Amino acid sequence: MENKEIVIQAQGLTKRFGDFIATNAITFEVYKGEIFGFLGANGAGKTTAMKILIGISKPSGGEAKVAGFDVYSETEDIKKNIGYMSQKFSLYEDLTIRENIRFFGGIYGLDRKTIKEKTDVLLKTLGFEAEADKLVSSLPLGWRQKLSFSIAILHNPKIVFLDEPTGGVDPVTRRQFWDLIYEASNRGVTIFVTTHYMDEAEYCNRVSIMVDGKIEALDTPQNLKKQFHADSMDEVFHQLARKAKRSE
Amino acid sequence: MNAIIANHLFKSFEKGKIKALEDISFEVKQAELFGLIGPDGAGKTTLFRILATLLLAESGDSSVDGLDVKKDYKAIRKRVGYMPGKFSLYQDLSVEENLNFFAHVFGTTIEQNYHLIKDIYQQLEPFKTRKAGKLSGGMKQKLALCCALIHEPSVLFLDEPTTGVDPVSRKEFWEMLKYLKSEGITILVSTPYMDEASLCDRVALMQKGKILDIDTPVGIIEKYPKKIWSIHASNMYALLQVARAFPNTHTCFGFGESHHLTLNHDAEDYDAFCQYVQEHYKEPFQIQEITATIEDCFMALS
Repeated sequence: MENKEIVIQAQGLTKRFGDFIATNAITFEVYKGEIFGFLGANGAGKTTAMKILIGISKPSGGEAKVAGFDVYSETEDIKKNIGYMSQKFSLYEDLTIRENIRFFGGIYGLDRKTIKEKTDVLLKTLGFEAEADKLVSSLPLGWRQKLSFSIAILHNPKIVFLDEPTGGVDPVTRRQFWDLIYEASNRGVTIFVTTHYMDEAEYCNRVSIMVDGKIEALDTPQNLKKQFHADSMDEVFHQLARKAKRSE
Repeated sequence: MNAIIANHLFKSFEKGKIKALEDISFEVKQAELFGLIGPDGAGKTTLFRILATLLLAESGDSSVDGLDVKKDYKAIRKRVGYMPGKFSLYQDLSVEENLNFFAHVFGTTIEQNYHLIKDIYQQLEPFKTRKAGKLSGGMKQKLALCCALIHEPSVLFLDEPTTGVDPVSRKEFWEMLKYLKSEGITILVSTPYMDEASLCDRVALMQKGKILDIDTPVGIIEKYPKKIWSIHASNMYALLQVARAFPNTHTCFGFGESHHLTLNHDAEDYDAFCQYVQEHYKEPFQIQEITATIEDCFMALS
């Protein structure tokens, strides 16, 4: 990647809970438009790190800037410049598709006209026109996740954080979901994603792997496979995560 | 003898609006490791609940260990271990207390069946005084498996035990299942991870309440109806778009490091495809015929 504009910069980022060091001095950079895979075993410290980066948890030490804003003092600015999608909570089930778009558009501070325009485009892109007035609870999981992603980038954020977005989603929809990620990344949106599907790790431009609170490897999937003499990212992951001492 | 028999099971919810199971039939042999493979909404949990005697089917019948799920539900409950998809142990009890509680309910002790749970419990032991609610993903699953095994069941029902669990813990979990199978326990396990299908003796591929196919993993792959190629280039997204734009492309999906491609007329379209990609993608690309994976089969069937 030429002219690398840095959108996330973490330097010795640390989070302690009492004696326990959840995130242990991690240092990395993420570039604009990049698909960055943030991998690690359960309990490696991924969620803790992500919470700091999205501005909802204060670090115990180190520095980090997200979209140019400081994770200690400018968390409100961070929140305005990012999108976030979690596996557990994504949308209001008792609202329709259209209502969810309007609601989140309002939260993100978009005006009515923009919301209306964006709603039409979004429904068309996803092919959801006929379902626009159906309750979100009636949609299959894969559809909900696609909608949820589209809503997370409704306000043109610089970065979107995705926390295991495709768990339990059927194989075809899982790939359609990644098509959406590719498109967004092509438009310059930076994607920061965690996943337990190792084939999805291969779709990332670069991947970091956390073990026991530290980033143990960070490179392109191709270079990581070379470095660990492995045929697949699955093998790379196993080699690293097997060393983990910390039992969650 | 068949340890589990399901015979034309139907079940719907919300006055028939949601058809959870539509004519599900299959048999699981004793000491077989049988996988239900399918995404959310396939009907896997409904099927488990019926077989575990917690829910009645609308029609069809089924048996577990030769006992009828309706008439003999009390006897079945003593013989099966059930690990629901949602973590359902007591969050406020410690690891040890949970295990003791389940042992007591079934009139046994931890010591009596320790041989079955030894391997997993040893990993849990350093945390035996920790509250179950404070354990994380992989550990909770291990504790839940211990609790489901404490009364030495002859049949185990495991509903998505590895969902959300990292690849290393998933592997350990499957090693454990292999051991339990060798001890003669019949295991019915569901998973949304297609790669786990190959670890089962036989699998049923499920989607939207229906079984798409039942066979050994190898058998399912052998039935794959088309030639399949993997394609690779430096710009994978551009390659995907070019490959999909070729008029005789049947399917082209990302599969990790490469894309998997099928063509409408298989080998007949091969030369034309390569030429098309050369013209439109312009940079070098690799293409290679491969054997389908379970995930390819699932997508072809669904």
